[in-house]
Amino acid sequence: MNTRRLNWPLWVGFLLTLGAFFSYFIIFVQWPITRDFPWANLLLFAVAAVFLFIGFRQGFAADRPHPTRSKIVTTIVGLLSVAVLGFFVFTIFVAGRMLPASHGAPQVSQQAPDFTLPDISGKSVSLSQLLSEPVNGNPPKGVLLVFYRGYW
Amino acid sequence: MRSIEKSLNQFKQAGIRPVAISVDSPEESRNLTQKAGYSFTFLSDQNADVIRRYDLVHAGAGENGRDIARPAEFLLDSTRTVRWLNLTENYWIRARPEQVLEVSKLLK
Repeated sequence: MNTRRLNWPLWVGFLLTLGAFFSYFIIFVQWPITRDFPWANLLLFAVAAVFLFIGFRQGFAADRPHPTRSKIVTTIVGLLSVAVLGFFVFTIFVAGRMLPASHGAPQVSQQAPDFTLPDISGKSVSLSQLLSEPVNGNPPKGVLLVFYRGYW
Repeated sequence: MRSIEKSLNQFKQAGIRPVAISVDSPEESRNLTQKAGYSFTFLSDQNADVIRRYDLVHAGAGENGRDIARPAEFLLDSTRTVRWLNLTENYWIRARPEQVLEVSKLLK
């Protein structure tokens, strides 16, 4: 009996919410177009919200077999979904911006400091070397330095 | 990093050598390059010395409060002069290869 009355829009909405969250870090972060602004994920959250809204109406309908239980479950699932959305927005738009400003970085038309660092085989490599060893059989026109957090 | 690897041929044709720098040890970087299939140069700045010289330290943001690098990209010409840079304000927004390749057309 209860399975027949399963509030499936609520659960679909909840699963979609989780999918909207995790798919950013697993899938959409791979392409700049879906990474720089997470529109694909916000769209998924919006679809999830539609299902959750329908699920809410069903969960609070008077004809539920266990009205109290249904209301409690619906409320918890709804709150969890909002929390997941909130955490997503925080991660991308708030935590993502918690980067220190850099005033001392070499600016355009300034000369960047030379350095020597080990590569993945432990061999020391200098920036001047990277700027002189041929690329594609020709002297390099430039080097793109990409600083990143690391994965430790 | 992924988008750079995908555009590696275009970078080669433009004469641009991409170089990634982080506080990861050479072993950690080797694991990353093998796992992710990155074939360009990765350098280890374990004490964040170079990161500090470029003023890119994100103090205490690593494991156990270790100093790491904030994300940043610099395009240098053959005289080591900065021709373009990107100090992103949001971790999730990075330089796109197209941007760099566009600027690199001006390099000789």
